[in-house]
Amino acid sequence: MHGIFLILGLVTVACVLMISVYLVISGIPAIGEIGLFQFLFGKVWASTAAEPSFGILPFILTSIYGTAGAILIGVPVGFLTSVYLAKLANPKIKAVIQSAVSLLAGIPSVVYGLVGMVVLVPAIRNIFQIPDGASLLAAIIVLAVMILPSIINVSLTALEAVPKEYEDASLALGATPIETYFRVSVPAAKSGIAAAVVLGVGRAIGEAMAIMMVAGNVANMPTLFGSVRFLTTAVASEMSYSSGLQRQALFSIALVLFLFIMLINGALNYFLKKSKEN
Amino acid sequence: MENKTISKERRAYIALMRVLMGISVALTCGLVLFMIAYVLGRGIPNITWELLSTKPSYLSGNIGILPDILNTVYVIITTLLIVLPVGVGAAIYLTEYAQNKKMVAAIEYAAETLSGIPSIIYGLVGMLIFLQLFGMQTSLLAGALTLVIMNLPTIMRTTQESLKTVPQSYREGAFGLGAGKWRVIRTVVLPDCIDGVITGCILSIGRILGESAALLFTAGFAHALNGFVDGLGKSGATLTVAMYVYAKEQGEFEVAYAIAAILMLLTVIINLSATMVGKYFKKRRNV
Amino acid sequence: MKSIITVKDMCLWYGQTQALKNISMDIEENSITALIGPSGCGKSTFLRSLNRMNDLIPGVKITGELKYRDRDIFGKDMDVNELRRNIGMVFQKPNPFPMSIYDNIAYGPRTHGIRSKAQLDEIVERSLRGAAIWDETKDRLKKSALGMSGGQQQRLCIARALAVEPDVLLMDEPTSALDPISTMKIEELMESLKKQYTIIIVTHNMQQAVRISDSTAFFLLGDLIEYGNTEKMFAQPQDKRTEDYITGRFG
Repeated sequence: MHGIFLILGLVTVACVLMISVYLVISGIPAIGEIGLFQFLFGKVWASTAAEPSFGILPFILTSIYGTAGAILIGVPVGFLTSVYLAKLANPKIKAVIQSAVSLLAGIPSVVYGLVGMVVLVPAIRNIFQIPDGASLLAAIIVLAVMILPSIINVSLTALEAVPKEYEDASLALGATPIETYFRVSVPAAKSGIAAAVVLGVGRAIGEAMAIMMVAGNVANMPTLFGSVRFLTTAVASEMSYSSGLQRQALFSIALVLFLFIMLINGALNYFLKKSKEN
Repeated sequence: MENKTISKERRAYIALMRVLMGISVALTCGLVLFMIAYVLGRGIPNITWELLSTKPSYLSGNIGILPDILNTVYVIITTLLIVLPVGVGAAIYLTEYAQNKKMVAAIEYAAETLSGIPSIIYGLVGMLIFLQLFGMQTSLLAGALTLVIMNLPTIMRTTQESLKTVPQSYREGAFGLGAGKWRVIRTVVLPDCIDGVITGCILSIGRILGESAALLFTAGFAHALNGFVDGLGKSGATLTVAMYVYAKEQGEFEVAYAIAAILMLLTVIINLSATMVGKYFKKRRNV
Repeated sequence: MKSIITVKDMCLWYGQTQALKNISMDIEENSITALIGPSGCGKSTFLRSLNRMNDLIPGVKITGELKYRDRDIFGKDMDVNELRRNIGMVFQKPNPFPMSIYDNIAYGPRTHGIRSKAQLDEIVERSLRGAAIWDETKDRLKKSALGMSGGQQQRLCIARALAVEPDVLLMDEPTSALDPISTMKIEELMESLKKQYTIIIVTHNMQQAVRISDSTAFFLLGDLIEYGNTEKMFAQPQDKRTEDYITGRFG
């Protein structure tokens, strides 16, 4: 029996290896053909033009700006909510809000996309008087909502793990509870909160379908009110009809995305480990 | 004695923090309420028996989501049938058999990595491996296999957590009776960790229900009505994929909202049942 | 000498259970008072009532009169943060914040609005000197406090309490987690702190009570059995139960 279970255990490792190897094998050729520099820093993506051009800088920048924007909105809201839940809320209210948050986490991304498409995009068009509301801003707002549950849950766990002794010491020095939570509990939980932020970054940079529905999907260099395409949506929007070098280039985009994700996972593990050590 | 009461500055800081927290909590809760009210409000009126019980026809212009419902069920069943033995087996290996620390670390690291990979990459790799390498059709089976890899870490983690709570004395008791390792696991350890397996299943069903990016290029988006065995070999959209196609490609918002409302209700049910299962087994354990 | 804290007919309940019964005692300024008694006798509860740390526990009810410098500790006009600033506390387990040594000491003054770097530097040095730990820490002020030994951490916690210039120091078994040498250092420290502060200490260690305290209060099952001059009490206990306890017949 030992052997069978060992094999089942190794399936996971095999899957990771297979995914990495396949992404590398299928992602390298197009980069070779286009040229690494041309590919990463080219500002024009015209995959179906008579003289095609495969520069993915617009996607990279859009993914970075979009993620940064989502973090800028989602982290403060999620963080403050988690401080309230961890330290101030009474147990009943806490349970209700926590189940609401896990519902938020369970809503499929296409549902966010749909609501974004029908409510958010027209609202942005009307408020800012622009011809089309499908934009980087719409994507940022949808992403901020989608990363909120991860941020709340991970920082909540970290804040709850702060030893009560720290808080007692601060109160005994004459600090009020609120001062204690923000000046002692939060710094003591900083690794866990950093992990929450990194997890949010990972979620935001990997999301495809919801932003496919609200970002407009034109391969522009990113502007807040412009129609933009992310790394993820670049792959998703052309995959079904692509062929030849275009298809190969899509695989290369996926490889770039994968490398980003591995970097983020590494950071996440680092912070989680550090937070556990405290 | 000097005056030591709280200064204005401190009062302002405390008030500011309270207000900011209040705004954040209100935003979070408002968002949840809005999503539920809006999606259900727009969607439920569009859910009709006809929608649920028919298949779409271009001739009559009818849109029905019965095939999508069935496809969803097929994909869930197939995925769970494959992922359960593998995930539970891997968890058993890690907690009951593994001696080599490096091996455990490698497997756990791999599982963590898998859970961090976004679904669009799963979709792409699923397509590369199952369609291009193994020569399969765009089919529910290819989609389900992709979902197996995605859900493997979930099943592994929940089973493992529950295995860790099985008291060591149970094992010792059974070994003391002269039972072999596999027999002990089968008769003593596994029955006691069933809650972890069930929780894992519920979480996985939730994830499969909500999945779209990984299925788009592996399972496709056909709406044909098929039996279970037949359907596995053919292309088909799950509810979520169908919702995406109706909203994004066809502009059929009524149908999209109806499906969104169904998905929302299912999400609520899944969350409730996960909580209830947790509570039920916690109670049973304490008795 | 003048009384700094006066307690009259104090009772305390945790929900339905009464933890302290009709306690009355006056505590003198610039003295060390030891609270002794077996586990669960209410001595820690009493100590934590004096700076209202029990406020944090739900279901606690307190009656009677507790006064600090003639002001009602539980009175409406008493600001709890101001009270705690005046009545500092050192806990059983050393609990420095996970920050640098400097930031640990500066935490209190900063909370109370001191921003100037020069002023903070001065307070940090004075407090660390006051807790007799300046020489050991002056070269590593920016290092994490968690890297220190248990005894050093506890003296750091005392320094942290001194930094907000309190009047009274409450110490809840401050040496029970420490080795004998660290314990001795802290006892010496308390002796010198007495000149400036009033110290109330809960201890399980009878020798410690004899070594350091001027007065001793013996608690048993929520009652204050005996309270008076330490030397007198240990030489000639008035109550049979006190005698049994200090001669080691129970507890």
